[in-house]
Order: sequence, then structure tokens, then C-alpha cells
Amino acid sequence: MSQSFRLADGGRIDRSRVLHFTFNGQNYEGYPGDTLASALFANGVRLVGRSFKYHRPRGIMTAGSEEPSGLVQLETGAHTEPNLRATQIELYDGLSATSINAWPSVDFDIGEINSLLSRIFVAGFYYKTFMGPAGFWNKIYEPIIRRAAGLGRAPEYPDPDIYDHQYVHADVLIAGAGPAGIAAALAAARTGARVVLADEQSEFGGSLLHSGESVDGLPGSDWIAGALDELRQHEDVTLLPRTTVFGYYDNNYIAMVERRTDHLGPLRPKTVSRHRAWHVRAKRVVIATGAHERPMVFGDNDRPGILLAEAGRVYTSRYAVKPGERAVLFTNNDNAYRSAIDMHLGGMPLDAIVDIRARPGAQALAWADSADVEVLPGSSIIGTAGRKSVIGVDVMATTPDGIGISGGVRRIDCDTVLMSGGWTPAIHLFSQSGGKLRYDSEQTCFLPETFVQACRVVGSANGTRVSADCLAEAAEAGHISAREAGFRARARKAPKGETVDPGGLQPAWVAPSDHPTGKGPRKHFVDFQNDVTAGDLMLAAREGFHSVEHLKRYTTTGMGTDQGKTSNINALAILAREVNNEIPKVGTTTFRPPYTPVSYGSLAGRNVGHLSDPVRKTPMHDWHEGQGAAFEIVGQWLRPWYYPQAGETMQQAVNRECLAVRNAVGLLDATTLGKIDIQGPDAAEFLNRIYTNAWKKLGIGRCRYGLMCHEDGMIFDDGVTTRLGENHFIMTTTSGNAAQVLDWLEEYLQTEWPDLKVYCTSVTEQFATISIAGPKSREVLQKLSGDIDLSAEAFPFMSMQAGEIAGAPARIFRISFTGELSYEINVPAFYGRAVWQAVMQAGKAFGITPYGTETMHVLRAEKGFIIVGQETDGTVVPQDLGMDWIVSKQKPDFIGKRSFSRPDTARSDRKQLVGLLTVADGNEVLPEGAQITEAAKGVPPVPMLGHVTSSYYSPTLGHSIALALIKDGRSRIGEELHAPLESRAIRVRVVEPVFFDPKGERANG
Amino acid sequence: MFVIHCPWCGDRPETEFHYGGEAHIARPEKPEELTDQQWADFLFMRTNPKGWHRERWSHSSGCRRWFNVMRNTHTNEIAGSYRIGEMPDLPDGSGPAKGAKA
Repeated sequence: MSQSFRLADGGRIDRSRVLHFTFNGQNYEGYPGDTLASALFANGVRLVGRSFKYHRPRGIMTAGSEEPSGLVQLETGAHTEPNLRATQIELYDGLSATSINAWPSVDFDIGEINSLLSRIFVAGFYYKTFMGPAGFWNKIYEPIIRRAAGLGRAPEYPDPDIYDHQYVHADVLIAGAGPAGIAAALAAARTGARVVLADEQSEFGGSLLHSGESVDGLPGSDWIAGALDELRQHEDVTLLPRTTVFGYYDNNYIAMVERRTDHLGPLRPKTVSRHRAWHVRAKRVVIATGAHERPMVFGDNDRPGILLAEAGRVYTSRYAVKPGERAVLFTNNDNAYRSAIDMHLGGMPLDAIVDIRARPGAQALAWADSADVEVLPGSSIIGTAGRKSVIGVDVMATTPDGIGISGGVRRIDCDTVLMSGGWTPAIHLFSQSGGKLRYDSEQTCFLPETFVQACRVVGSANGTRVSADCLAEAAEAGHISAREAGFRARARKAPKGETVDPGGLQPAWVAPSDHPTGKGPRKHFVDFQNDVTAGDLMLAAREGFHSVEHLKRYTTTGMGTDQGKTSNINALAILAREVNNEIPKVGTTTFRPPYTPVSYGSLAGRNVGHLSDPVRKTPMHDWHEGQGAAFEIVGQWLRPWYYPQAGETMQQAVNRECLAVRNAVGLLDATTLGKIDIQGPDAAEFLNRIYTNAWKKLGIGRCRYGLMCHEDGMIFDDGVTTRLGENHFIMTTTSGNAAQVLDWLEEYLQTEWPDLKVYCTSVTEQFATISIAGPKSREVLQKLSGDIDLSAEAFPFMSMQAGEIAGAPARIFRISFTGELSYEINVPAFYGRAVWQAVMQAGKAFGITPYGTETMHVLRAEKGFIIVGQETDGTVVPQDLGMDWIVSKQKPDFIGKRSFSRPDTARSDRKQLVGLLTVADGNEVLPEGAQITEAAKGVPPVPMLGHVTSSYYSPTLGHSIALALIKDGRSRIGEELHAPLESRAIRVRVVEPVFFDPKGERANG
Repeated sequence: MFVIHCPWCGDRPETEFHYGGEAHIARPEKPEELTDQQWADFLFMRTNPKGWHRERWSHSSGCRRWFNVMRNTHTNEIAGSYRIGEMPDLPDGSGPAKGAKA
């Protein structure tokens, strides 16, 4: 009995091919052209999922992207995707979907017990129920809530698909390809403008795909086909079906997502991007996004089989399926009669129309009469019966004021209830554009009023109700938009639509029932996705949540994957009624992108995996790899961390490397140091203002260490800068900060001191830097440096010589970050690898050892040299580090100087740099970041004196060492303090921060 | 994402630029003569208006030039941009933007 609810003929489906799919493990069949929702209906499957909070049985309520409850988990494994709307999943062969939020199964869900406990699940129940004792939230409440409430499951495997981004400029972008959108596109395209027409559905046509209306005297579908034929002939028209315009940003920046291969299922080609994010800068935008029908709020209005009136017509007409066997319509407006009777005439019997209005419109009554459908005016559905499907409705007459009910109850058996509370224009994109809304009390909805950006809203999104008017308005908007974008062509005749007036509406925000709303056993759902009832909203209002934004957050109405597309107006109106205010005064919540959920993949595009962040490698990288180096990432650079030999642990390798540098000679790839070439007649003056020390008298060929501060006095970068000529300097910066330092220099040159003639150029990647360090480094270098005199007299510490090293033009800097005799060789990057290998060769006899950043860190920490970003964190002034010696007293001004005398920076008890030694076990290495306290234990809050900034085992000294920033640290030298860890406290002694060669004799030798 | 007019390169998307805070706060010529209060005002105090704001931008992914923009912080409307050292008369949103001609 496959597809027993499929109508014998009709529909935009292809009956020549059968598609097989499974839902909750059961096999079903459908046709190309079906959505998962229509295919489920065709097979009589009405129970689709369980609700968020109460685990109530839920079915499909709509036929579009506004679907709140028909959510499924699609596919399994790496392809699985949670919370997809069954109404938007195009059926493909082999599709497999399951219910969400149901355990152990959708038919028997233990969570349904929540329904019986609904008295505690009232508005704000999270806040009211899960209070104290402290610690219960993280450990007990939250895990339980997360298991019980919630939707689908996130995939556990990497995404197997690829995604793309596309950037385009458009003259006119049209969101929505219903009749209005197509009419606008035709008018714009005929001027020669670049037009982009996007629609979230697989087929263009919108309501014409199911309404049976005619345009220009042609059946709707024929008119669509003709219009699309014409659009395709325009060279500059881009037609994008399956594309959701999800974001409207400043200056007509439009974000869309195109689902390119979802409709092919997991077997889709992996060479084609699955989703493509479109970034469009449009000169003009036309919003033709249509409208969403609103549910009626009545007792137990959420049972499977209760759906929107228009959706009933869509299923019978477009998909040729019956949502059930017998239907009843509950409405407050004339237009719904048309939807329901079209459905009735299409083969899905409608037994009765329950109209809450005492006097339905004449046209509506005539429609009902012609179809011989009973109308019950002035009546309300007080409740429904059934569980996994609706099996009947209970109807009572309303009192003349429409607020109460009277008389007896009449049960009407049915398995389908259509409901319509009127229409809400989809003004999401307009609202995102910054446009202001006005409330239209006749149509009971918000409509565009004040435009902020260059856009127009047309058709039912604009509250235009008669088809002919929609088409005329849209064609005019398309034409004018193109003209404003610079395209001058005479307007042609707009398509002619039908002139039937959809009739009137009488608001009835909560249908009267046999109990006051919120009391008694029936639930009047407003937000079907978040299980928010009219009673919840009324309770929240009574509790003082009168602002719509507060109400939303307190009750969760309008949240979730549907963002309240069907529920917002009903919720607002109930709040307004409860607080005795008018709807426009209550206002509406802000619409934010995205319009519907967007995959992370499409947002990331190709920027994933190894493309998520650039990787920078030095010219010697392959050599390091060949030596089996372990790498660490420093500001996108891959730097050798240490070079383990066979069987060595990291600590053993670092110990070996450290001792090699201290006792013989080591080799470090320092290419990643930032290098900035600074030239110009005012270069020395500029450095004098940027650095804290004096620069004007630095001799040519001399090097100087400098500290840079921000205006607030806090250390920002450091490095050695060398004077290459009278007007020429080469600055080095820390590896991770090179770009920021260059920006900093540029900012001052351009904005504060444009009178200075100075030019800065980044040359980081132009040079390879090889640092040779250790007592034997002079002997190694001598073998390569030809006639350069390396004697201490000719080439003293902190000076530079240019010459040739191993055949490469080189600058040799005698500077040291290890405390050892040391030379930094800079050669053009192309020579880097060759020179590196030449140095290795020359050093062989001396036991030259390549060392990585970890050894570099240990060696500099032994010397008490700081690393910016490790000993500093943006709150440290030079004086805190005991670096007063580098802060000029003579210079009247430099960046940061004035701040050193601010009361806060001039305090004597600031955190200061000191050394720490462990007292009990000299080998114990403190964790970096460990807090330092006076006592080992204390009653909270224990005052924190500071923290460990650097900590290593020093193989040179044979014990551990640490640097720390400690409050008033200089005057604590000699004291014992504590580093409290999770289970114990380590006793530490405060010492001077220089552990090795405090007089600096080794580097000077 | 709004469009910013770079006085050197023309209209470009916001992502090419870097924001630099309020404009026309000159670094004091003689900081040492300022009181702590005056120096703190220079360092920390900004007008932070809701509405029209002269602010600095840098075309960091373009010509790398700094320049000034008059932007409405509430609506992101831009009345004009101009080079460092200029101070054109820009309408504070009351009339159409004329932009700065250097």
C-alpha cells in the first residue's frame, strides 16, 4: 500500500520514476519533485518528531522554510545533518532520515512524561527550577537539561564535502522568485541590467506552483516557463534556485547560500562544492519574499495532522498528496476559505469550516457554498482529540463578543485540521537592512515603512494582497531599480494577474476554550518549535516581562531554528493584550541574519584544514624537516622547536642542545625575526621617538637593543636595531609582532609626524637569518668569513660588518640572545639553505649543534632576557622588568615617556620581574602561569601576588629556574613564597632574575 | 559590510580597512607639561558618540594609507573621507554628503 495518500493525478512530480527512502528505518517510496514532507504525507506518515520541551508528538505544519516542527536528522555518519526542515528536503533515491528529540523511538518517547510535568515547565522554568545549591548547575542540572531538551545531533566526523564562496556585483538583486520576483526580474532584465534572481526553492514560481492562478491569461506554470525562457536569454541575468538570501548588510551587501548538490544526497559528486556562499554587492535590491501564514492559537493545536491552510493546498496541488482523509478548517479570514476549498476540490475532502467570526465575507461564503462545504460561523475549536494524530475537534459557539463560548460541544471527526490566522509578510530582509516597520491593524501585521537602504519591497512581502497589484508593483520596482542603477530603457507592460480580492480578517489571538487560557488540560501553542504556549506568555506578562525582547528571552518564544516565523505576531499580540497595550507600542523583536540556518561549511568555504591559516616557512625549512625537527607555530611561522635524536625525549634533546651552546657552538634558524628596513634623513630622529633609549648618536655599523612602548607606557615590542648608514637602519622585531610593529611605525609617520622623512619597508622574508652561538662560534665563522677580521677589537660586541659568507653577500651582526659569544648572519633568502649547510659543515669539527626555539628560550631565561608576550602582557612597563637602564632620562619625549610618571605606573609596589627557585626539589619545574601566594594555604579569597611567566629546567645550572612577575617583587628577593597547584603548593624562593653570567662576560669575549 | 571611500584608491569594502579610533586627537607637543589628568584625557578619553563621528581608518589591505572618515556610528552612513591633515566641512547628516576633495 505504497503512497496510499497520493492523488491519482496532477502535481509537479515525475511519476515515471520511483524514489526509495527510509524514515526511522521504515521503507517508503516517493517521486522526483517531492519534498521529504510531501513524500511522508503520501505514505500516510504524520508523526514526524517530538517537541522540544514536552516531547509531544508533532507532524508537519507548513510546506516551506517557516516549518517549526517537522524537523529531522538527515542521513548518518559524516553526512548527517540535524534539524533540517522536512518541507525543504528534496527527495532523492536512498534518502534516510530519522526523528529528532525522541528516545527510545518517536512512537514511544519516555520524555513525554514531561508533558505531565508541564506545571513546572512554565515560562522561565530554567530560572525558577534550577536554583542552588552552588555547583549543581554545572554538574547536575545542565547535563540533564541538555539530554532532555534539545533537537538533533551534530555530526561526529569531519565534513566530507567542499564549499565555495562567490563574489559578484549586481545592478538589481531580487530576493524571491514568486510571481512578484519574476515580474521584477523581467522588468529589470529588459533594461540590460545585471540581475540576480534567487529563490530558496528548487523551482521558481512561488505561489503559482500551487495556486492555479493565471497570469497574462496563461496558466501560472506556463507563464513561469515563458518568463524563465526570456530571463535565460538575457546575458547578464543570473538565476539561482535553491539559493536563500539570508543576510542583508550595510550598503546593499547581500549574503546568500546556494545549495548546489544537497538534492543529490550523499552520493553527490565530491568535486562540486556542496554549498556556495554568495557575497553580492547590489546597487538596488528588490525584496519579493512573500508572506507566511499564521497558525490559530487554540487548545491542543499541535497534534500531527494540524497544518496551515495554505500548506494543505500546496500538498494537494503541487505534490498531489492528501495530508489525510477528512479535514476541518479553523480560521479568522476569508482567504483561508480559498486555500481550503482548492484543497477540497483537489481531492482532499473538507468537511467543515469553523470560522471564529460571526460574519464571514460574502465571497468566502460563496466559495464554501459552491463547494458544498458546511460553514460554522461564530464558532471556536475549543480543543482537539488524538495523540499521534488528530482524530477530531470539539467546536462550541462563541459569545457575541467573541471572547467566550456558549452552548454545547459538537465533536467533528477528522484527521486533518487546517488553520489560518491571517498572513505575516516576510519582512526579515527589509528589517535586516535597517528599515523601520509600521503596524497595519487591518491586516494585523508589520509592513515596511521607512527605508534606510536602496531597496524596495513588493508583493505580499509588502502587504499587497491582490495578485494583479503584486505583479504591477513588482514590475515597476524592477524597472525603476534598473533605472536607478543606470539603465535607461522604456518600461514594457507589466504582467496581468488575477484581480480576486482575498477578503477580510478579524483578529482572534487566542481562540476561546472551555477553560481560561493557561488553565485546564489543553495547551494553546504559539511557538511550536520551543513549546511556548499562550499560557506561558500570559504568565510571563503577569510576572512583569512587558518588553517584547525580555518576553522572548524569558519564554524562548521566537527562538530556535525557525526564529518564530509562524509565531512572532501571535506572541506579540498576546503580550499586547495582556499588558493592555497596542501591538505597535509593544513592538517587535529585531530580525537578524540568517533568515534560515546556514551551514558552517558554506561560511568557511575553502578556508579549512591547511588553508585555514597561512603557513610560513623559512628557506631552511626542508633541512630542518630532514633532521627530524619538531616544529612549533610562532605567528604563522613554522619554527624548529627542538631536534630530537634517536630515542631522545624532548627534555633530553633540549638539555643536549643547551649544553652544546654553552660549551661549544650551536646554530639557530632566526629567519622569522621581523626585519624592517628604515631609511630617510629623519630615520635616527624617528627611532629616538619610537624607542625608549637614545638613538641619534649610534655609530654606523653599531647595534643597539631597544624597547618600544605604547603611549600608555606599556611594553609593546623589543629588538636590536643597527645603523647601516647615516640615514639607514635595519630594525628587528619579535617574530610574531613584525606586522604590528610596521603598522605602528607607519601610523606615527602618517598621522603624527608626517613632517619626518622616513620610509619603512618590511624585509623579513628577504633575508635568511642564521644565528651562531657559543664559545666556539668565532672559530666556526672564521672558516667561512674570508678576510673579515673577527677579533674582539675589530668586531666588538653590538656591532655589524658586511662581507661575504660562503660566497653569499652577508650582514653579520655580533649580538646575542643566549649570553654567549654569538653572530647573526643575514643573507638574501635564496642563499639561506646553502649558507646554513656551509656553517654546519664548518662547525662539524667543533661539534656544532642545531638548536630550536625551546633551547633558545631556556638559554635566554638563564640570562634573564625577557620575551615580549611572555614576560609582558600589555600591562608591564620597562621599570617593572628592572629595565630602567634602557629608559632615557635625557630625552624630553618619546612614546610612552609621559606615562611612566602617571600615579599608577609610578607606584613602587607594582608587579616586578624576579627569579624563582624551587626550594624542596631543585629539579621541579613550575608550571608557567602558576599563581604565587604568600602562604601555602589560606582562606579564600587568597591574595594573588603574581604569576610565573617562564619556567624551565636549566641543564647549565643543573636545577629548574623560573621568571615571575610578583607584586613588589624587588623588595621580596630572598623571601619564600608559594605556588599553589591543584593538590599541593610548591615552595619557591625569590631571587634575582639573572641566573647565569650576571656580568655578561661571555657575550663580550 | 559597508563601503569606505579611500581618498587614494576609491570605494572599497570595509574588510580591506582597519579601524583606528577617533580622529583629530593630536599627540600633545609637550607631554611633559601636561598634568596627569590632561595626559589621562589624551590617553583614555574618547567621545564615543551615537551618531556622527570623525574617525581614522587605514587601508590596511590596500595602499596602507591612513585617512579620516566621517561616519554615523548608528547607521554606518558615511558623509565623506579625507586625507590626514585636512579638515573639510562635512554635513553632520543634515544634508547630502559632499565628500572631501583634496
